[in-house]
Amino acid sequence: MRNDSEFIAEFQTKFSRMNCSLMEVCGTHTNVIRKAGIPQLLPKGIRLLSGPGCPVCVTGSGYIEQSVQLSKNQEVIIVTFGDLLKVPGNTCTLNEARAAGGRIKVVYSPLDAVEIAENSPGQEVVFLGVGFETTAPVIALAVKEALRKGIRNFSVHPALKVLNPAMKALLKDPELSINGLIAPGHLSVITGAKSFAFLPEDFGLPTVITGFRVEEIWLGLTALLNQIKKGCATLENMYPQAVSPEGNQPAQRLIREVFTPEDTEWRGLGMVPGSGLGLSESYRNFDARVRFQLGPATSNEPPGCLCGPILLGKSVPNQCPHFGRSCTPEHPVGPCMVSSEGTCAADFYYGKIGVNK
Amino acid sequence: MCLAIPGEVMRIEGTKGEVNFLGACRLVNLSLVPEVKAGDYVLVHAGCAIQIVPPLEAQETLKLFGEILQEEI
Amino acid sequence: MPGRIKLSEGGGGEATARLIEEVFRSRFRHPEILRGNDAAILNNPGRKLAVTTDSFVITPWRFPGGDIGKLAVCGTVNDLTMMGAIPLGLTVSLIIEEGFERDYLEIIAQSMVETAMEAEVPVVAGDTKVVNKGAADGIFINSTGVGTVIEGTQLGGEYAKPGDRVIVTGSIGDHGTTVLLARGELGISSELISDLAPLNNFLLPLVRKYGERIRVLRDPTRGGLGTTLNEIARQSKVSIRLFEERIPIKPEVRGITDLLGLDPLYLANEGKAVIIAASSCAGELVDQLRVNDLGKETALIGEVTKENPGLVSLRNQMGGERIIPLGSGELLPRIC
Repeated sequence: MRNDSEFIAEFQTKFSRMNCSLMEVCGTHTNVIRKAGIPQLLPKGIRLLSGPGCPVCVTGSGYIEQSVQLSKNQEVIIVTFGDLLKVPGNTCTLNEARAAGGRIKVVYSPLDAVEIAENSPGQEVVFLGVGFETTAPVIALAVKEALRKGIRNFSVHPALKVLNPAMKALLKDPELSINGLIAPGHLSVITGAKSFAFLPEDFGLPTVITGFRVEEIWLGLTALLNQIKKGCATLENMYPQAVSPEGNQPAQRLIREVFTPEDTEWRGLGMVPGSGLGLSESYRNFDARVRFQLGPATSNEPPGCLCGPILLGKSVPNQCPHFGRSCTPEHPVGPCMVSSEGTCAADFYYGKIGVNK
Repeated sequence: MCLAIPGEVMRIEGTKGEVNFLGACRLVNLSLVPEVKAGDYVLVHAGCAIQIVPPLEAQETLKLFGEILQEEI
Repeated sequence: MPGRIKLSEGGGGEATARLIEEVFRSRFRHPEILRGNDAAILNNPGRKLAVTTDSFVITPWRFPGGDIGKLAVCGTVNDLTMMGAIPLGLTVSLIIEEGFERDYLEIIAQSMVETAMEAEVPVVAGDTKVVNKGAADGIFINSTGVGTVIEGTQLGGEYAKPGDRVIVTGSIGDHGTTVLLARGELGISSELISDLAPLNNFLLPLVRKYGERIRVLRDPTRGGLGTTLNEIARQSKVSIRLFEERIPIKPEVRGITDLLGLDPLYLANEGKAVIIAASSCAGELVDQLRVNDLGKETALIGEVTKENPGLVSLRNQMGGERIIPLGSGELLPRIC
């Protein structure tokens, strides 16, 4: 077996003449790829784009603003994943709302939010339900747990998204040109490898599912480039130890039971029908939008901010007038800079050495 | 979009289990992996096991390393 | 300037650096403050004196491996040590919230005296105040220390030179991870304990021996190794490259940080030092450090270069390299 630097050297030689764009869709992949310094090691003609797989990035500022306003209610405790704290709302971030006196707690698991509700009688606990299909079943479990225990002071403010409708909308865009896709590893644990079969079948796109270790990503890139070189388009599951063809059935059943598809807005894509998840009828009383009579959220895109096109792989961060100037991880303008997985944050932190692609 | 890491199930109590991540333990919800047994490894996301996976030592990714570049066009 | 102080401005990262610059360094212009080191050197006929001060507000007040009392002594003893000064004495000043358990106070006081004895540094003065319930979070302790600088040393964040080596005296992230778990909100348990320890008797003999060949000594406390190295890179106007596989990290710290999406490079250490030393003595220094229990996992983890002044980078085994930024200040569990 060859060692690491020999592998890289052979990779660079074998693919030195390639001219193509590869997209990865999962924010955790973006993070790992940048952390491993992979873009700087790829031959010049191979471009890596980041798609809309960062749930924080594709969530509009209007949702954050509604959560900020809710936090001003003295009887409400907002409970959230850490990822959301620095995302700008229309007026401020949740971090700033906390500094101004709002009760905002960070948890590792949505199930902890139910426990907080149980221990806080007389207070309304609102969990900010952000994530894709990986997180949806966990939030569903939290809702069912609240129901089972008769905990009435718990609700979810949903911002859950389903990836495939957005992928289809993205791939139909004539301005977008990609030659291969790295499909999300943990999302496919839930939805199954087969859920990505439409990519090669309907769109002729070579697709690989990979895990998250650096070696696995290199393997995935190699497999994709081999396919592109051969001119074929298939789905390769390179993470079979975790991803089965059918996915996690109990999780899928749970999603169908607790949630129902909704039309929802994606930053950069606009409204994508059936791409969101709201609470289903039997669980509607756990929907914070109903409980607190929240209207539709309206988002303010900061002028000049290129987060939308960047999320679609149409622009790169250093094309944005704010990047590195008015927009840095310390004071982000748009969410792509906030999330550690956002393309802009990744480029800002990891892109200063060598050639920035 | 999904941070999930593997851990070893030490013991099971109803729908929950104590999972060990390199020496650190946490109670994890096991409802999504009903066939799990103590001693299995599970992938854990946001406090919930989403899949049963092989133990870390058995993952043979690195072996593929040597072979994949040999693929001819 | 309107606005409110945010939690992240106390985290030790970018936000803290800005707050300190804008509110304090713009006003307090003494050269020793502007140097930005762990203790200030005062000119004194005969011997140079080092003086330092620190406040301790940790929650919870007690954690596996120590408590706020032990921390107050170690923190100040170590800051003096980092400037090559033999600690002469400490003061401790307590602000106690009304209603704090008397037994806890006794435990903390006992911890302070035991740690002071272990370090062979006396507590020579103190003060105590009690404030109304709600005006302090349990107990706050400030500690100030004075020491005499060892002759023949020249230590400071501004002295790193290209070609020097970067050494760390053991595993990183132990204290920060332990305290995070001790807050009890994450439901994670482990056998991990804080690395809290006084480093004067461990490091000062080597400082004396190697003199100016040791350029920088700093304990990577709040903000962790990542923040500390960034500060040094900026002060010395050099770049620092770390080698990922050489950085010692305990498996539990790995497991917990992977689970929560945190980075051990930004978690606090309270019993470790970063040492930047001339390449001519680095190997030998590592061997000498390893002889002591406090340094048995000492590792040579990187090098100082001049390629990108002010930047710290991390190279992995596959040859990929990324930037280690200053750090944002607040470490939050993530799902993504």
